[in-house]
Amino acid sequence: MMSSYQNKILRVNLTNGTASMEPLNTKYAKDFIGGRGLGTKMYCEEVGPNVDPLSPDNNMYLVTGPLTGTMAPSAGRYMVITRGPLTGTIACSNSGGYFGSEMKYAGYDVVVIEGKAEKPVYIWINNDKVEIRPADHIWGKEVPDTTDLLKEETDEMAKVACIGPGGENLSKIACIMNEMNRAAGRTGVGAVMGSKNLKGIVVRGTNPVHVPDGEKFMAAIQEARKALLEHPVTGTGLATYGTQILINILDQSGGLPVRNFRDSGTVEWADKTSGEFMIEHKNLVRNKGCFSCVMRCGRVTRTFKPYAGFGEGPEYEAGWGFGADCGVKDIDAICQANFRCNELGLDAISMPCTIACAMELYENGYLPNEDAGCDLRFGNASILADLVTKTAYREDIGDILAEGSYRLAEKYGHPELSMSVKKQELPAYEPRTLQGMGLNYATNNRGGCHVRGYMTAPEILGIPVKLDPAVTEGKAGVCKAFQDLTGAVDASGFCLFTTFAIGADIIANVVSAATGIEYSPDELLKAGERIWNLERLFNMACGFTSKDDTLPQRLLQEPQKNGSYKGSVNRLHEMLPEYYQLRGWDQAGVPTKDKMVELGLEDAFAQMLGAVEAASAKNN
Amino acid sequence: MAKILMVQPSKCASCRNCELACSFAHEGVFNPNKSRVHALVWERLGLGVPLMCMHCDDAPCVEVCMTGALHRDEEANGVLWDKDKCIGCKLCISACPFGNASYDSETKSVIKCDLCGGDPECVKFCPNEAIEYKEADKGMLTKKAMYAEKFKKIFEEVE
Repeated sequence: MMSSYQNKILRVNLTNGTASMEPLNTKYAKDFIGGRGLGTKMYCEEVGPNVDPLSPDNNMYLVTGPLTGTMAPSAGRYMVITRGPLTGTIACSNSGGYFGSEMKYAGYDVVVIEGKAEKPVYIWINNDKVEIRPADHIWGKEVPDTTDLLKEETDEMAKVACIGPGGENLSKIACIMNEMNRAAGRTGVGAVMGSKNLKGIVVRGTNPVHVPDGEKFMAAIQEARKALLEHPVTGTGLATYGTQILINILDQSGGLPVRNFRDSGTVEWADKTSGEFMIEHKNLVRNKGCFSCVMRCGRVTRTFKPYAGFGEGPEYEAGWGFGADCGVKDIDAICQANFRCNELGLDAISMPCTIACAMELYENGYLPNEDAGCDLRFGNASILADLVTKTAYREDIGDILAEGSYRLAEKYGHPELSMSVKKQELPAYEPRTLQGMGLNYATNNRGGCHVRGYMTAPEILGIPVKLDPAVTEGKAGVCKAFQDLTGAVDASGFCLFTTFAIGADIIANVVSAATGIEYSPDELLKAGERIWNLERLFNMACGFTSKDDTLPQRLLQEPQKNGSYKGSVNRLHEMLPEYYQLRGWDQAGVPTKDKMVELGLEDAFAQMLGAVEAASAKNN
Repeated sequence: MAKILMVQPSKCASCRNCELACSFAHEGVFNPNKSRVHALVWERLGLGVPLMCMHCDDAPCVEVCMTGALHRDEEANGVLWDKDKCIGCKLCISACPFGNASYDSETKSVIKCDLCGGDPECVKFCPNEAIEYKEADKGMLTKKAMYAEKFKKIFEEVE
C-alpha cells in the first residue's frame, strides 16, 4: 500500500567504503513509527549495549518520521540515534531545517552509518547514487564554510548536515549542524560523527513522498494547521518572540535558574535578555521556519559592538545558558556566543552550562587562575565567545570544557557542582520551583533535558491545564503521560512544539492518514510508551540503575535563594516511587516482565537481564 | 482590477509550505522538485525568496512559443499553458529570464504556475503572508519597486 514511508534504508559502511540499500522493516515501523522509536529499535537490534561510543562499532542512525517530507505542519524533522559519549546512555538528538525532508526526497527513511573512515570523508547522497568522498580539504573548517564548500562540490540545491571543529576534536558536547543553524544538539552526537572521520553528509532528493489518500490526509493536516495557527503560543507567540519569550515568563514565575543554579529563582535584569528585549534592541532581523513549519520560531539575529555578529538564535535555553546561568546580562554577548556554538558545532545548552559550572568552581577557588587563563567570575560577558572557541579547538581551559560540566567538576574535586543528570547539563527550568520538571529530568533516558516530557507546559504555561508547580501530588502520572506522548511525537517527524496546541487525537489522525496504519490516540501513546521503555532497557543493559534517576544534590538539599519559591527544594522522593509504579516497573525502577510483554519488548527485556547478569558476574 | 501574485521576500520564513502545497495541488504528491514555486534560501543570511512565474505582460515564453500553447489569458490575468497545443520543444524554458518554467519529461508537461484557477494554493498555505494574490493598485506597485530594489542588491551580492 502507498504510504509516506519511502520503505528504504541506506547503509553506509565507512570502514569498507560501501553503500547498500535494504527495505524498511515494516513491523518495526508499525510498532516504533519512525524517528526516535525506529532508530532506537534498529540500534538495539544491530549494535546492542556497551559499545564504546567513540569506537567504529558504534553505529549512527539518521532517521526520518513518516510525516517528514509531507505537508503535515511543522513536521520536517529527523533524529540522530547512537550511543552518546557525554552520558553513555542511548543518545538521540532531533533537528529540523530541510535535511530530514531532503533525505526523504532522496528516497530514504533511514541512513545508517557504520565503521570509521581511514581519513576524513563526506558522504554524497544524490537520490540513489551514493559516494564516499575525501574531505581532507574541508576538515578543520567551521560549519558555514563547510556547508558552502560541500554544496559547491555537489549541488547548490543539496542539503548539508556536518560537524564543526567541536565534533572533529571529539568534544563530548559537540552537535551535528544542518543548514548551518539547525542542530541535532544534545548528547554529543557530533563527537560520534567526528570519531568516524565523517565531516558531513550531503543529500539531494527529487523523488516524491506519497500519502495513501490525499483528501483524507489534507483534511487531517488542515485540522492540525488550524489548531496551531489559532493557538496563542504556536500561532503568534513563537513567531513573534521565539522561544526567548520564556525568559520573562520563567523569571516572573520564580523558576529561572541563575548562576549555575546557585542563585536561582529570579534575577533583576532577566528582562534585558528576553525575546521582547531582542526586538526592542533590534537584534531580531526576521523570523524563520523549518521545513513545513507554521510556527516559525527561528530567529535571524544580529548583534552590535563590541559583540557584533550575524546568525540565528538563540533559543530560550541557550539564551538563558549564556545569560542568567553565567550571570551575564549583555544580550549581544549572549547572542554572539550562541552564534559561535553554531559555527563551531557545539551544543548551545551544554556549552554555557559547562562554562557556568567552571565559573562557580573558579569563584569557590577550586579552579585555579592558571588553569582558567581569564577572569572566570560570573557575569564576565567578554569571555563567552572566546571560551566557546577554545572548547571547540580544545585549547587551554577549553580542553576540559569540551568534556562537559561533570568531568570538569570532577577534575577539580567537586562533581556536585555539575548541574547535570546522567552527566548531561540541565536546561533552563529550576526543579526547586517546577517539581514535576525535576521528576522528568531525573527519569530522562538521555539525561538532563527538557524535550522528553516538558512539564513546564502544565506547571508554568497552563497547557493543557494549569498545575501548581510546587505540588508533587499527581505529577508522576502527568510526567509519564508527557513522556509517552513525546516519544510518539519524536517518532512521527512532528516538532515537539506542536504539542502546545495539538494532542494525541490530532497527532494520531495525521500519522494514520500518512502511513495508512490506523493508530488510535491510545495506540499512539502506547507506541510512545514502548519507545520510552526500550530506551530504559537499553540504558539498564549499559549499567544504569535507579541510582542514576536523581538530581544534583544542590536541587534536593539546598534551599532555593530567590523568587516566589524561595526556600524550596525538589522533593523527588515524593514522586519517584509513584512514577515507577505507574510505569509498571518494580521499586528499584526495573521494568517488570508483565509490562514488557504488554509492550512487546520481551526480547529487549531478556537482553537487558542478560547484560546485567554478565556485568555482575564480571564484577564478582 | 485584476489580481496579481506578489512576493515579499522580507516576510518569507523559508518554511517552503508553498512548495509542498503547489506540488500536492498539481501532482498529488509532496515533491518540491515538481513545485511551480520555489522558496530559494540563502542559509548564511537566513533569507528566503519565493519565486514563481511572474505572468509577464510581455512574456518571453509566449513570444517564443510557436504553437500558442503558452498564451496570455485575459480573464485569468496570467500566462497559461495549453497541453493540447504543446509540442514539447521546451523553448519556453530557455526563454524565461527567471527560470520560472521547467519541464517534466515523465508527464511531458511544462511545469509553470497556472494561478490554480484563480485561487493559488501557495498563497493559502503561506503562514507569513510572503506570497499574496491581490489587486495591483498603485500603492502596491510602489512596494513592489521597493522590493525589486532589494532583489537587485541581493542578486548583485550573490553574483
